[in-house]
Amino acid sequence: MDPLTHSLTAADLQHRGAAVEAFRVTKRFGAFTALDAVSMKVEAGSFHCLLGENGAGKSTLVKCLVGYHPPEEGGFMVDGREQDIRSPRDAQRLRIGMVYQHFTLAPGMTVAENLLLARGDLPLRIDWRHEKAALAAFLDSTPFRLDLNALVADLAAGEKQKLEILKQLYLGQRLLILDEPTSVLTPGEADEVLGLLHGMTRDGRLTVLMISHKFREVSAYGDGVTILRRGKLAGSGRVGDLSTAEMAEMMVGSSVAVSSGRRRCAADQTQAIGEVRLDVEGLHADNDRGTPSVRGLDLSVRAGEIVGVAGVAGNGQKELVEVLLGQRKASAGQVRVAGEDYQASRAQMRRHGVFSLPEEPLRNACVPAMSVAENMGLRDFDIAPYAGGWLSLGFLRRGALTRRAKTLIEAFGVRPDDPAAAIENLSGGNVQRAVLARELSGPVQLLVVANPVFGLDFAATEAIHRRLDQARNEGAAILLVSEDLDELLELSDRIVVMSEGVIAYEALAGQADVAAIGRYMAGHGH
Amino acid sequence: MSDGGDSLAFGSLALALLGGALRVSTPFLFVSLGECITEKSGRINLGLEGILVLGAMSGYGVSLASGSPWLGVLAAGLCGLMMGLLHGGLCSLAKVNDIAVGISLMLFGTGLAFFLGKPLIQPQAPMLPSLELGAWSDSAQLQSALRINVLLPLGLLLALLLHWGFRASRWGLALRLVGDNAAAARALGYPVVPIRIGATAAGGFLAGVGGAFLSLYYPGSWNEGLSSGQGLMAVALVIFARWNPLRCALAALLFGAAGALGPALQSQGITAGYYLFNAAPYVLTLALMAASWTPGRSLAGAPGELSLTQR
Repeated sequence: MDPLTHSLTAADLQHRGAAVEAFRVTKRFGAFTALDAVSMKVEAGSFHCLLGENGAGKSTLVKCLVGYHPPEEGGFMVDGREQDIRSPRDAQRLRIGMVYQHFTLAPGMTVAENLLLARGDLPLRIDWRHEKAALAAFLDSTPFRLDLNALVADLAAGEKQKLEILKQLYLGQRLLILDEPTSVLTPGEADEVLGLLHGMTRDGRLTVLMISHKFREVSAYGDGVTILRRGKLAGSGRVGDLSTAEMAEMMVGSSVAVSSGRRRCAADQTQAIGEVRLDVEGLHADNDRGTPSVRGLDLSVRAGEIVGVAGVAGNGQKELVEVLLGQRKASAGQVRVAGEDYQASRAQMRRHGVFSLPEEPLRNACVPAMSVAENMGLRDFDIAPYAGGWLSLGFLRRGALTRRAKTLIEAFGVRPDDPAAAIENLSGGNVQRAVLARELSGPVQLLVVANPVFGLDFAATEAIHRRLDQARNEGAAILLVSEDLDELLELSDRIVVMSEGVIAYEALAGQADVAAIGRYMAGHGH
Repeated sequence: MSDGGDSLAFGSLALALLGGALRVSTPFLFVSLGECITEKSGRINLGLEGILVLGAMSGYGVSLASGSPWLGVLAAGLCGLMMGLLHGGLCSLAKVNDIAVGISLMLFGTGLAFFLGKPLIQPQAPMLPSLELGAWSDSAQLQSALRINVLLPLGLLLALLLHWGFRASRWGLALRLVGDNAAAARALGYPVVPIRIGATAAGGFLAGVGGAFLSLYYPGSWNEGLSSGQGLMAVALVIFARWNPLRCALAALLFGAAGALGPALQSQGITAGYYLFNAAPYVLTLALMAASWTPGRSLAGAPGELSLTQR
């Protein structure tokens, strides 16, 4: 049953996935050629993956396809017929819909209200009983399950992603474009969402075009793959015919070892694990809405080890990190650093060498409108050698700040390499690099890291992982909170699973049972 | 004084407070409902104080000139609508801050009203009629307490209508979407700027009507000290009411009762601290704002786009 039938014309009622072809699509932004004669063929009812590093032109290509910026040359064929797609309206007419990387939901409204608003042809007076029955019937026709009355703000990331997809399905889309749909999801959530979509393509009801960085997802769900590099077509084919190494090579243009599957074992450890640096005992903290989120958490991190915190988003990880960084007050419990009670004051951070790379660093660790040099100085601009001078009144020494920033920019490969650029104008990966440069420039005793490679490309991910590894080997205690289990398995010495505000499972990474981790993440450990 | 006398005094004090609440709350009600509409769209209009005063002046003037207080109410609403349009239009320009525009509009509105209202201070305009809900009783005090103005039931009805409309009408949902996530609204093809301008204009209309009440019912004359910040308090009231029209109505009654505290105590013969008790609504505003703003939490129910609540 389709609640939309009244708004669809007869021609639109073909409930089959669309076949889409891009033919020599070229798109320029000024002098910069973002896409250079790229062709792509997506078969009807297939799960097609679009691979490429950041800036390879993947997003540009799909934005051309959904009418956001029409291409200068080349064009698109939908179901074998050439179509001029000039605006999102044209794409909607062809039943092509896009699910964006950032959520386009109204957080203060319910699931049902968000779905209804997406439909767009609301009656003046909304008969909620009728609409809810129709929405429930629509939900039943899809494999997705959501509470229609839930407030979007209360949904976990995976549920929000499902709602975004449901919105597009509700509009009756025949081609669904997903822009890195799993970047905000845990592996379990990602598998669930992609598995459900994969099932819909198997029924022939839907064609899926997914932008991704993750080879694991491409191998597990993709039928066909198109790989872009620097705005050009680097390769394409059936997923079964290409190995991960081949795809990686096309993507980055040279033979780079794919780091998946690399696991740290106890034998790897070059440095003996030292004394306890971070000790959390019985920690309680509330979330933004005032409900308890961290509920009696015990955790310790020793010098020379990376402790990875796994868990489904919304189980208190965010609040834990915020307490450790001094952004949130604990409601009970104790945090000790190097044996001393810790309130995350600036003096304590300095004394104990506590540094951090929080998630969304532009928001949590930067002053967006200030320059890169100023942001790099936020930890120590007020002490010598960056401040001082006449009567020790603490005048800034801009020269010293700029010189240091130049060194860090060089060492960490921040682009553009201009210390005077406002940090908000840098790309996500470069903000991450700049903040990491600042945080790793001093003698690090304890480093708190949250989702450090979120949304970053292959090369940037590798670089940041190497830095973390290096800091650990130099004796830092590192707490790594991540929603990416592969990242945790790769980097951590010890893995803990956080579920409903407590540590539900703990294991040395070498001995960790991935199935058990998954069970505990899902809250079914016992 | 005996216990019986105490409870009698307390009873008549409560009655005086009730009467005061029903009498004084109307402008709070209209201004807060208007501000509720505006803030639901993601804008804040601090200029409602100015609109209130301008509405009072224009309503009085038109009532005087035409002989019909209802025409006065309409004129006050239209004046408010124009001011709302001005606010909405200005805030739609790039990099214009709605709070700054609101403050300048507040000063502009009051200034304009004082300038144009000079000749209206002496003459007596026709007043709005009242409903005698206490006619069944033979207690003069109850009769006076239940003598309510016609705008009050209209406002309460409007609160119900808005409560329903925000949830179950196309306009309500679109308005809330625009106020909650403008980017999402744009992506879904809802016209963000026109909806916001419309919401601000509607808010201005209601604030204007609230102003007409001041000059055409209670206190029922035009002078420059008419509003004494009620438009601004209504903004605080909307936050306290968590952007819910029904709670706005309750909060308006509460503020009305607080405003009636001074006169009610005076009618009981307690004259000490009269001016202090008259400050009750302002103290209440401060207390409520402090109580409803818990550190470490974001405000539940706040429209996501509101500049007040954005981090």
